[in-house]
Amino acid sequence: MLASDIQVAQNIGFGIIAAIMILGALRVVTSSNVVHAALSLVAVMAGAAAQYLLLAAEFVAVTQVLVYIGAVMVLFLFGVMLTRAKLGKDVDLNNDKGWMLGAPVALLMLGVMAYVLIDGFEDTKLPAGAVAKIGAAQNNALSDKIFSAYALPFWALSFVLLAAVIGAIVLARKD
Amino acid sequence: MLVNNFLLLGAVLFCIGVYGVIVRKNAVLVLMSIELILNSVNINLLAFDQMHGNNDGGVFALYIIAVAAAEVGVGLAMVLLIFRNRKTISLDDLSEMKG
Repeated sequence: MLASDIQVAQNIGFGIIAAIMILGALRVVTSSNVVHAALSLVAVMAGAAAQYLLLAAEFVAVTQVLVYIGAVMVLFLFGVMLTRAKLGKDVDLNNDKGWMLGAPVALLMLGVMAYVLIDGFEDTKLPAGAVAKIGAAQNNALSDKIFSAYALPFWALSFVLLAAVIGAIVLARKD
Repeated sequence: MLVNNFLLLGAVLFCIGVYGVIVRKNAVLVLMSIELILNSVNINLLAFDQMHGNNDGGVFALYIIAVAAAEVGVGLAMVLLIFRNRKTISLDDLSEMKG
């Protein structure tokens, strides 16, 4: 196997980012401070954007940064602020004995999914040199897909967003 | 790179998100856990996109991001409304729809 087949740099980068994402995700679900959980979620989202770049999806990565880190996180912080969550530690964030149900369910799902994935994909490789393909040609292909084969879902999606915006205003305003 | 790297990362994040949805009581934190789940699905879609070499997965990922943004907007508006009426967003206290 050639050294270029193993892609050492990409694998090391993947490992570091994946470790950051998993630690951040664990802090999101275990932290006793709502703001810390939100900031850990930022780390997970940023890590996901970096993984999208490793998967040569630069447009999705940029959208992830703009929409998730930019807009959704601000919404979450507004939600934390407007519901007057305690800014320090808060012991009342978890269900009593919730982990007794949550941990077995999550571990069982993880076991089943890991078994299926390892059994099903074994050592299937991604095409080499994927990151080198990043460029205008790929974005052109993506936008061609959005505005040709997937134009109808795109159209429906704009109605979903419109409905969500109007619905959020109607729900949240004071009468 | 192995496609399984990304798929297993997605599986781990998905399970952490499911754990968060079950364990958390605060509605905002439950919404955050749902975002974790949606992100893990996006990683999977883009891994398959790269594996098959067409752009379908990227299109799906973009649509999921848009739907997730809409979902958070409506979800937080509902949380805000519940907080305004009930002075709490603890999901345990919202049991009117229990039979």
